[in-house]
Amino acid sequence: MNENTRFFDELQNPDGTPRRPYEDYFGWFSNEDLRRLQKKSREAETFFRRTGITFNVYGQAEADERLIPFDIVPRIISEHEWSKLTKGIEQRVRAINAFLYDIYHRQEILRAGRVPAELIAQNDAFLPEMIGVSPPGGVYTHIVGVDLVRTGEDDFFVLEDNARTPSGVSYMLENRETMLQMFPELFSRIKVQEVSNYPTRLRRSLAACAPTMANGGPNVAVLTPGIHNSAYFEHSFLADHMGAELVEGSDLRVVDGRIAMRTTQGYTPIDVIYRRVDDEFLDPLTFNPDSLLGVPGIMDVYRAGGITIANAPGTGIADDKAIYSYMPDIVEFYTGEKAILQNVPTWRCSEPGALSYVLDNLEELVVKEVHGSGGYGMLVGPAASKKEIAAFRAKLEAKPSNYIAQPTLALSTVPILAKEGLAPRHVDLRPYVLVSPDRIDITPGGLTRVALKKGSLVVNSSQGGGTKDTWVLGG
Amino acid sequence: MLGRTAGGLFWMFRYLERSENTARLIEAGFRIALTRPDSAKDEWASVLETASVRHDYLARHDDFDGAAVIDFLLRDKTNPSSVMSAIEAARNNARMVRTALTREVWEAVNESWMSLKEALRRPVREADLPGILGLIRRQSALVRGALHGTMLRNDIFDFARIGTFLERADNTARILDVKYYVLLPSVSQIGSSLDNVQWETILRSVAGQRSYRWLNGTDITPRGIAEFLIRDRRMPRSLAFCVSKLSGNLGYLQEQYENQYASLDMVRSLRGKLLETDIEDIFETGLHEFLTEFLGDNAALAAQIEKDFRFIG
Repeated sequence: MNENTRFFDELQNPDGTPRRPYEDYFGWFSNEDLRRLQKKSREAETFFRRTGITFNVYGQAEADERLIPFDIVPRIISEHEWSKLTKGIEQRVRAINAFLYDIYHRQEILRAGRVPAELIAQNDAFLPEMIGVSPPGGVYTHIVGVDLVRTGEDDFFVLEDNARTPSGVSYMLENRETMLQMFPELFSRIKVQEVSNYPTRLRRSLAACAPTMANGGPNVAVLTPGIHNSAYFEHSFLADHMGAELVEGSDLRVVDGRIAMRTTQGYTPIDVIYRRVDDEFLDPLTFNPDSLLGVPGIMDVYRAGGITIANAPGTGIADDKAIYSYMPDIVEFYTGEKAILQNVPTWRCSEPGALSYVLDNLEELVVKEVHGSGGYGMLVGPAASKKEIAAFRAKLEAKPSNYIAQPTLALSTVPILAKEGLAPRHVDLRPYVLVSPDRIDITPGGLTRVALKKGSLVVNSSQGGGTKDTWVLGG
Repeated sequence: MLGRTAGGLFWMFRYLERSENTARLIEAGFRIALTRPDSAKDEWASVLETASVRHDYLARHDDFDGAAVIDFLLRDKTNPSSVMSAIEAARNNARMVRTALTREVWEAVNESWMSLKEALRRPVREADLPGILGLIRRQSALVRGALHGTMLRNDIFDFARIGTFLERADNTARILDVKYYVLLPSVSQIGSSLDNVQWETILRSVAGQRSYRWLNGTDITPRGIAEFLIRDRRMPRSLAFCVSKLSGNLGYLQEQYENQYASLDMVRSLRGKLLETDIEDIFETGLHEFLTEFLGDNAALAAQIEKDFRFIG
């Protein structure tokens, strides 16, 4: 990708006129005073700090609390674009759940030879403990974040599926809250679909997945590793807004075959746990014996159908980057339809032919660790120095199966408010999908992450990315 | 409510109360240092004693230099009772119990932490001290105001108040105990002006000069002070007031939870002891002995509350 690569700008047509979804916003913006907007932008930061919506950065000496920068220019999606996207997302999420059920039961897809068996058997994300276990309501991925990127008017790609514990939804909600406070006039002028009922929808969706033994309204709890976790704000935010208890492992124990929390008046059973603790730490009796974050014995209760764990243990096998490349097959296998959303072409470095292509074209490709996340451990070829590429080549040759490679995508741009005015920056989009036995519920919008550095294609907050409010029009 | 949440609320408000009390102690000590430079060092030593950190202080410093003591009490991270440590602990507890707080209360605590962190980034110059102490008081009032104005009067509120009053009773008893010798009859008979300053300091440490004067005029006597801070139920920092409040809040919990609690029995008997004992009897049996016993009872009460309401698994 070089200087002449044309990126799709979501705000403006090549002739400088605004695209349809942005017309009203652009009209408003053109009459605004730039300095007033810049002042508003600084106010937003104060607002976020006071709320405490901060995250801790891993690997920093002092557990410093940082804000993810917020940009006040919304990312706007038309009702039509959105409805196309939701069809594709729904299809994909259905397939992921069917895949998980199959993988932990009869493994038809392996027998049919559509996904190589060794990819599952040798994968750390595959939990043998889950074989033959049927989660309440048959739901594995109660909450999914599907990361989408756009390269053209009609070209959306799924970059990755987050089927374990997708984070960031509190930013979607607080970003909207901030916009409503700062620019109420925009919302009376432009019809934007609501996102603020997400916690209510989440609670309803989780409650619908409660074990059948739950009598009356199910007790829902959010399980957090505690205040030092980088996403603690989100854990407390969600518990607070959906009226659930925010529990830590030390609050829970097995009482009479149920998971119960220690209240001021004794132990009370819980029906649904929305856990923000990784599989590995969930149950020291089953997984990592040193874990203090989980609940000893929870897996036994789970296997006996005494509790819903959201997302189910072992869902990581579906969002593994090596599995990702098989998603078009997976969708087709379980739904009998062609995948609506496109996958990014992916070279699996475990395959010799693919590996040699990747090694020959490192300057052009994005190479990712199969199990990595957060933008760590990846190479963005076009942005990397010769030295970085050489270092990465060595790692890749040492353990090819640990990597996949993809073409560097020409991510679309949406402007941010910079010193000089509007300036295009690359973005992605993570819509949040709720799955219950009877429906798949997608909140209109999601989290738009934006690479604030000019020309950068990495949108992760740990790598200098920010966020934007995401508007789906109409409704 | 989770037992851990109840414990978090309890400690959040203990620490908030502690930060305010420490600031008041500094204020009283600073006043003596300005008006009676000769007794400044003794006064700083007794301030550290009151905050129960004299030992820790001496492990790091050789003498009771005013600037060093102030810095230790305001900013020192190794001192768990310093204003900054207490605010930080309060805010950490607030984060832990975030789901039990209204947005207003959380933001008030978070803002206190942010503004004090900024204000106490560097050692405080003498000229800035009054301003900083004022800031601490204001932030404290802000949290209190948000609590009273926005929180439901349920068990959450009760645990918050119980933390406040346990800490406050402890603090007032310590202030009296460290200064009890100036309240003893043998010394007070001398009636030197130094004693008057000491008495005033006691009142200043509990923000009680004005109230005391309303009740007693300008007649500051040891008995008057002891009566005021131990038995006067109108004085919001007196032992009797704190214990009455504790008894009330524990009573509400017993009612709401429809259960019997040992901590309520304990606080009721403690309250009875305070209200039924004449101040003359207290002096008779020994003020120091009386206060030592009270501090022990208060600590035992805290432990019983922790047990009754399952703060810890």
